Amino acid sequence: MKIAISSSGPTLEDTIDLRFGRAAMFIVYDLDHETFTAVDNEQNLNAAQGAGIQAAQHVVNSGALAIITGHTGPKAFKVLEAAKIPVYLAEGGSVREAIAAFRNGSLKAISEADVEGHWV
Amino acid sequence: MRIAVASGKGGTGKTTIAVSLALSAPGNVQLLDCDVEEPNAGIFLAQRDIEECPITVPVPVIDEAKCVACGSCALFCEFNAIVHIGTTVMVFPELCHSCGGCALVCPQKAIHEEPSAIGTLTTSDVLRDGLSPLDFYQGLLTIGKAMSPPVIRAVKERAIKDRTAKDRAESFTIIDAPPGTSCPMGTAVTGADYVILVTEPTPFGLHDLDLAVKTVRKMGIPFGVIINRSDSGDNRVVDYCEGESIRILMQIPEDRRIARGYSEGKPLVVSAPEYRKKFTALAELLVGEHQ
Repeated sequence: MKIAISSSGPTLEDTIDLRFGRAAMFIVYDLDHETFTAVDNEQNLNAAQGAGIQAAQHVVNSGALAIITGHTGPKAFKVLEAAKIPVYLAEGGSVREAIAAFRNGSLKAISEADVEGHWV
Repeated sequence: MRIAVASGKGGTGKTTIAVSLALSAPGNVQLLDCDVEEPNAGIFLAQRDIEECPITVPVPVIDEAKCVACGSCALFCEFNAIVHIGTTVMVFPELCHSCGGCALVCPQKAIHEEPSAIGTLTTSDVLRDGLSPLDFYQGLLTIGKAMSPPVIRAVKERAIKDRTAKDRAESFTIIDAPPGTSCPMGTAVTGADYVILVTEPTPFGLHDLDLAVKTVRKMGIPFGVIINRSDSGDNRVVDYCEGESIRILMQIPEDRRIARGYSEGKPLVVSAPEYRKKFTALAELLVGEHQ
């Protein structure tokens, strides 16, 4: 099973990017093989609008079955929900720490967006 | 002749000037309140025969029976208003810019457009002393909607439709523009024959006037400046206009009568009647130059 983590950089030692739509990158981590790839999110970082929607689409396309991020707005959440991808919130730390927390079950999935939508 | 009243800075007196010009200009006059996020010209006016109608924009609706979830529409949409996940296509109408592209690229013809209300157009008549009645138009963006340019365009299109080509050449259309220098202001000012920039002689007024000057120069529209509360600050706007060879059309000094009238919702030309002939002369000057 693969999970995606919003990340400030391309390695497991980089800190989680607390933003979802405008995260710098996504780390797509394979829990079974303990391998990962980094997916650039630069296009959305500069999008005028709809960054969360597009980021959610990227996550869906990556094959990840769960996402760990800091905050998720209503539109991104709606897309992830439609794709049946649960959203887990982390408060910070490295990508590696977030994966460990996910593995030991200490991250909780949210049932609705935790921040308001915004336009820019 | 179409005259837009703009400013850059908010609160300089655009509406005060637009209303005064509309109440004083000769012949057939339309006044368009295109400050659709906070239209308030109507507060100055005794409106009659008020009519309201919704302003809509077309947004895509997907026929799920025809859709094969190919994703062409989502790929095409520049504004991320359509997303394609597996066998599902989701539309976010609030992000749609109504370009219609999704319906064009859909190979299954599964997308049609339906109107979505984003604002209200209000029309009314306003009696003018010794002149023909003023035709007043107001756009109001619905709270929660993000895009004002379609509302502004709807107000302008309605006003154009209400005039014949001959009328348009011989009459005045005065557009009260929103503050700022981005899309809403640009949409309001587009198509104007002349722009009146209203400012005040303060560091803030000058800073934003300069932005507005650069904007209307880029748009290639002739313009002049009215300095409101002209004795309240210093000489910086006059110096700037001289340096930039910009015509100062009028200076309005601080006047307790105008301030009191404003606080009571009265137009400047009512609380300080000697200004009426100045605004009539300004309208005649501008239309004379235009023809």
